[in-house]
Amino acid sequence: MSPMARTAPVPAATDPAIIRNFCIIAHIDHGKSTLADRMLQLTGAVEQRDMKAQYLDRMDIERERGITIKSQAVRLPWELDGTSYALNMIDTPGHVDFTYEVSRSLAACEGAILLVDAAQGIEAQTLANLYLAMENNLTIIPVLNKIDLPAAQPEKYAAELAGLIGGDPEDVLQVSGKTGVGVEALLDKIVRDLPPPTGDPDAPARAMIFDSVYDTYRGVVTYVRVVDGNLRPRERIQMMSTRASHELLEIGVSSPEPKPSKGLGVGEVGYLITGVKDVRQSKVGDTVTTLAKPAAESLGGYEDPKPMVFSGLYPLDGTDYPVLRDALAKFTLNDAALVYEPETSAALGFGFRVGFLGLLHLEITRERLEREYNLDLISTAPNVEYQVTLEDRTVLLVTNPSEYPSGKIAEVREPMVSATILAPSEFVGAIMELCQQRRGVLGGMDYLSEDRVEIRYRLPLAEIVFDFFDLLKSRTRGYGSLDWKADGDQVSDLVKVDILLQGDQVDAFSAITHRDKAYAYGVMMTGKLRELIPRQQFEVPIQAAIGARIIARESIRAIRKDVLAKCYGGDITRKRKLLEKQKEGKKRMKMVGRVEVPQEAFIAALSSDEAKDKARK
Amino acid sequence: MAPSTLPLGLPAPEDGSVPPAAVEGAGTRSFGLYVHIPFCAVRCGYCDFNTYTATELGGGASQDAYAGSVLAELDLGARVLTSSGFPDRELSTVFFGGGTPTLLPASDLATILRASTALWGLAPDAEVTTEANPDSVTPESLRILREAGFTRVSFGMQSAVPHVLAVLDRTHAPERVPQAVAWAREAGLKVSLDLIYGTPGESLEDWRTSLSTALSYEPDHISAYALIIEEGTRLASRIRRGQVAPIDDDDHADKYLLADEMLAQAGFQWYEVSNWARTPLDECRHNLAYWRGDDWWGAGPGAHSHLGGTRWWNVKHPRAYAQALDAGRSPAAGREILSAGDRSVEEVMLRARLSEGLPTDRLTPAGRRAIAGLIADELIQPAAAFAGTVVLSFRGRLLADAVVRRLLPD
Repeated sequence: MSPMARTAPVPAATDPAIIRNFCIIAHIDHGKSTLADRMLQLTGAVEQRDMKAQYLDRMDIERERGITIKSQAVRLPWELDGTSYALNMIDTPGHVDFTYEVSRSLAACEGAILLVDAAQGIEAQTLANLYLAMENNLTIIPVLNKIDLPAAQPEKYAAELAGLIGGDPEDVLQVSGKTGVGVEALLDKIVRDLPPPTGDPDAPARAMIFDSVYDTYRGVVTYVRVVDGNLRPRERIQMMSTRASHELLEIGVSSPEPKPSKGLGVGEVGYLITGVKDVRQSKVGDTVTTLAKPAAESLGGYEDPKPMVFSGLYPLDGTDYPVLRDALAKFTLNDAALVYEPETSAALGFGFRVGFLGLLHLEITRERLEREYNLDLISTAPNVEYQVTLEDRTVLLVTNPSEYPSGKIAEVREPMVSATILAPSEFVGAIMELCQQRRGVLGGMDYLSEDRVEIRYRLPLAEIVFDFFDLLKSRTRGYGSLDWKADGDQVSDLVKVDILLQGDQVDAFSAITHRDKAYAYGVMMTGKLRELIPRQQFEVPIQAAIGARIIARESIRAIRKDVLAKCYGGDITRKRKLLEKQKEGKKRMKMVGRVEVPQEAFIAALSSDEAKDKARK
Repeated sequence: MAPSTLPLGLPAPEDGSVPPAAVEGAGTRSFGLYVHIPFCAVRCGYCDFNTYTATELGGGASQDAYAGSVLAELDLGARVLTSSGFPDRELSTVFFGGGTPTLLPASDLATILRASTALWGLAPDAEVTTEANPDSVTPESLRILREAGFTRVSFGMQSAVPHVLAVLDRTHAPERVPQAVAWAREAGLKVSLDLIYGTPGESLEDWRTSLSTALSYEPDHISAYALIIEEGTRLASRIRRGQVAPIDDDDHADKYLLADEMLAQAGFQWYEVSNWARTPLDECRHNLAYWRGDDWWGAGPGAHSHLGGTRWWNVKHPRAYAQALDAGRSPAAGREILSAGDRSVEEVMLRARLSEGLPTDRLTPAGRRAIAGLIADELIQPAAAFAGTVVLSFRGRLLADAVVRRLLPD
């Protein structure tokens, strides 16, 4: 077998024939990061002593959740039959929220490792990414991982993979990222099976940006794959979508620590640093050329990221608003998909309406804001963008229920998605029931194998952004997987449901729902609030209303006793301290009219724990 | 009654001295003495007071030697007051609490009272109370107390209903109470009865029974406390484990309503949220002194003291307490020196609980602005407010803590 390469090919002077560019397509927790770690070790790219688990997942949250948010590229030396090769491993995000970023990473490769957990089989998102890879004409190397697990069923899933991409089950490699079994064979197979990149070394330079990361010390680090020509340090480069030009302060490759080089040639993958401070000036999918000898045509495929899910983010403590504002500004330096604008809520104070690619993007962003900036945040229920046409033909785009017009509405259109769900066939009934409840229309159903089925539905996006995935998981005992993509819009019978506390509307709890579901939302939210809001000195009616029509009501009975029975000599100090604590607690209350609502009630009412409750029942 | 958990405070000086500011205005404040007796025959499941059974106590802190330690602390107290420049003040009230003070021989209690009288003098109309368990007194012991100068005995009756007493781990037989009350009357002592309502398993009828039984003994004073589940007590853990039903504030409110109604009918007047007296002369002046911000020395383990805005508390364990005094040190474990702001918070917090009320001029401007709202919400008595005093309405007594929070908006 091949040892690690004795001499590694030098960047900027590497024959494309010895370059192999590949990515790994895998579902969350199917072991991609562990396999990548093992490759770093085997090729000697990372010394044993520097190894930390999941080396490539740099952010804490990524490591904790075991998912990769931002991709990176690593150059690995590998020797086969006496020739040293340069392998570029391009790490891709595994989640459906980041489909566009995945597609750009794929476009930078000639081949893809299709990595599937030998105990679980392929999942819907992996399947979606596999389709993207095949559309990009990538050569696929099917691999079953975790074959060391007792529950592994390599024969079954090898047959499934072979059935999907064609070929023989015998050709499916079996590896264990954990023990290292089969990983050397995989590296050899990458060299043998993947085609080398092709391109014109003499043409004007064209490199595709597949990732763009903000670094506090270095500014934006842009990851590119050179297609034609070459890039050299100190050259002026130009972004073809904006025509903005920058000086190349540094160019190099990651191995995996950044190493400056004399440039990047055809087929090579590396990074650029220009001193730019905002990832929006270095957009994923854009083409880089040189100012001196610009290319006539871009590589194509560039799209502006489009936020799909909107949520209000509010600091629990109003004085944290400037911190949140600065934090969001910093985040957008590194996240071109994040958009935001200030908004005010009567109940929650000053905050921002933030647009995300999806729910995971929302959760990760919120978690990072809280962790990195020490903020306590309330996020309002996620919303999609509705297109509301008034009777006077004015068209409004509504991403916040409180902006929903109360006047005469001619038509409301809501965004739709086409969803693909993979699951063991015993759960078909449960899945169809769930999708039906969520206003889905069945598009088709195929058996992938004897006991695994692919179900396709067209659903309103609004129906899947909140708790759909949690429910799918709980109804399929964790086996169901989901992939979705935007699929136009449709006219729907939607209404706004308002929640009133003692007659005062609480904007944070308003929701836009289908008319048939308004009642259920009203009952759910009024019931939840009755549990969450502490009793006050007076009775508090809680109502749900569509316009002036009340559709559900609850009430919080007045508190009757709020007094400590005894207060003698030894109790006084303790009682005064309790009083101070209660006054401190009061600062965490939001006043809605005369009603004191604890911040916790907002968080709990707006969180999606309902899905978990249902799963428990 | 010293709670088991001591507050966090500043270190207390070894010589027991108090800052000069504590002396200011001492002439206008009454002076009282609290003596804590940290012994019980059995520890009750709901009790978090600083008290010990003989087996919990172990060696080095026997009940026999206890009176000697208290006498040593009283000597220290007299020295501290004199050297700090306090004017001579006779004791206007003395209160022996516990624990079960009557577990000590009556002669020990008498010795402590005589020693206090020798150090400070006892006002001619002084109120001298001891708490007692109905089953730890005899006609003889009560007579000894009266002869020594005690004027009042407060019996821990708690309930007249056996299954309620059982949940509270009270060991006395209900029929023991009238007997003890009769002996106290014979000895010439005033009688107060302590009742607890809202015990898990207690019905409204059970509570009515306890109230009417207590009233049938014709006491001079009744304290009725809602049961508080204190962390760390056996009852708290039984509730947590689901062995006993949790307490319910609405149930407490219903029972408070019933108590006030029955007590008023029997001619009792409330003078503090949880206390009722047959006549103003029967009010417990020692407790009133706490609520009015007067001075008192608290002797015994875990006892709290207050002198003009300085509060301190003694070490909890009888052994540590005895050791400190044996070594000639103050047994204080910690103290706090209240700021002007703290003192006015305490004043509002405590005086608002009294029927005599809190003068509105003791409030900050923001606090005074809350008064109109409290009248509108029927939490305070309008006529009293117009006359310049905050007095809780009936509804306000049940929501007294909320009223206090509204009176202290800053």
